[in-house]
Amino acid sequence: MHELSITCSIVETVTEAARGRKVHRVVVEIGELSGVMTDSIAFWFPEVARGTEVEAADLEIRQVPAVARCEVCGIEFPTPSMLTACPCGSYRFKRFKGEELNVKSIELEGVL
Amino acid sequence: MCANCGCQGEKATILDLQTGATTSIAGAHHDHTHDHPSHPHGHEHGPNDASDHHHHDYRHGDHAPHHHKGIDVVDVEARILKKNDELAAKNRAWFAGREILALNLVSSPGAGKTTLLERTIGDLAGTLPLFVIEGDQATANDGERIRRAGAAAVQVNTGTGCHLDADMVTRALAALKPPPGAVVMIENVGNLVCPALFDLGERAKVVIFPVTDGEDKPLKYPHIFAAAATVLFSKIDLLPHIDFSLAEAISNVRKVNPYAKMLQVSPRSGQGMADWCDWLRAELAAARQSAFA
Repeated sequence: MHELSITCSIVETVTEAARGRKVHRVVVEIGELSGVMTDSIAFWFPEVARGTEVEAADLEIRQVPAVARCEVCGIEFPTPSMLTACPCGSYRFKRFKGEELNVKSIELEGVL
Repeated sequence: MCANCGCQGEKATILDLQTGATTSIAGAHHDHTHDHPSHPHGHEHGPNDASDHHHHDYRHGDHAPHHHKGIDVVDVEARILKKNDELAAKNRAWFAGREILALNLVSSPGAGKTTLLERTIGDLAGTLPLFVIEGDQATANDGERIRRAGAAAVQVNTGTGCHLDADMVTRALAALKPPPGAVVMIENVGNLVCPALFDLGERAKVVIFPVTDGEDKPLKYPHIFAAAATVLFSKIDLLPHIDFSLAEAISNVRKVNPYAKMLQVSPRSGQGMADWCDWLRAELAAARQSAFA
């Protein structure tokens, strides 16, 4: 359900950056453990964008795999789920990738 | 107004239960859009058009300005939740400047957040002033319960929204006006999913985990348990009558959050309330200290 307000924030961020120009493409980065469903963002995007400069834009969602560094054994390991433990068995680790929620770039109609 | 999508905040209202004054929060997210797509935006460029963003200019306009319009790529590199996080930082500074302890209480609906607050208000009466921001989709029922229990309350009704955001808290604080040294309890909308993502400016999130739920709640809703500083097992007076394994639930919390502080309470019997109140006093003292750190 919060994907709707996340999508609103995406459109708002893009609209501000576009400064009135038509947007052709929006690239967002969503970590696989950000707590946001990418399908749902894609579903809401055209609805939220309707009537704005973002209306006709393609949305590209780049999913970022989650990676953590163990505080016990020090290795880096992938954490595809919130419940993944380190291969050493530890649950004490810092996740440094996979929680991103960013607007990366946009493509705008060029000006003469 | 966000007429297209009916998104978060569109119908949010804030009720000051002390004065009865109601204000509504208009959906803000389309404020910056232009509702006239046929307008020739292409001619609006000027000296500011380059903005503060880094442009990779793919167009050929400089060499052959009349050939075609081309495409400009703008590296935005902005956090999607930037606005909310900035407002949350503002709230956090507001709390720090007043040496206020702010806690964000989250749980599924019916976990007993309001009952916990009612009991806490009574137990701390005369020693620690409690101020409450009540979040629900609709009704002022919980805000009224808090008022009856003896604390000042502001009710935020989120309408269609599934969580409180930092802007709603800012506006609620403007009505609530908690004094320096107070404890502000922000009772979020009953929901274990969405509130995990939205920073309100609190010092800590507290998850209320009633023992009438399954032991695997932390595994099913790991984001909120991972984001919480404290997990408060509630309704523990029921433990003798149900099959809930506290040991298993604690081990599940540890799997998603090895650092969470865990407490056990029953607002009904009073069990554990002294520990909870001690924890609140310690957190308030820590909040005061960190305000000047």
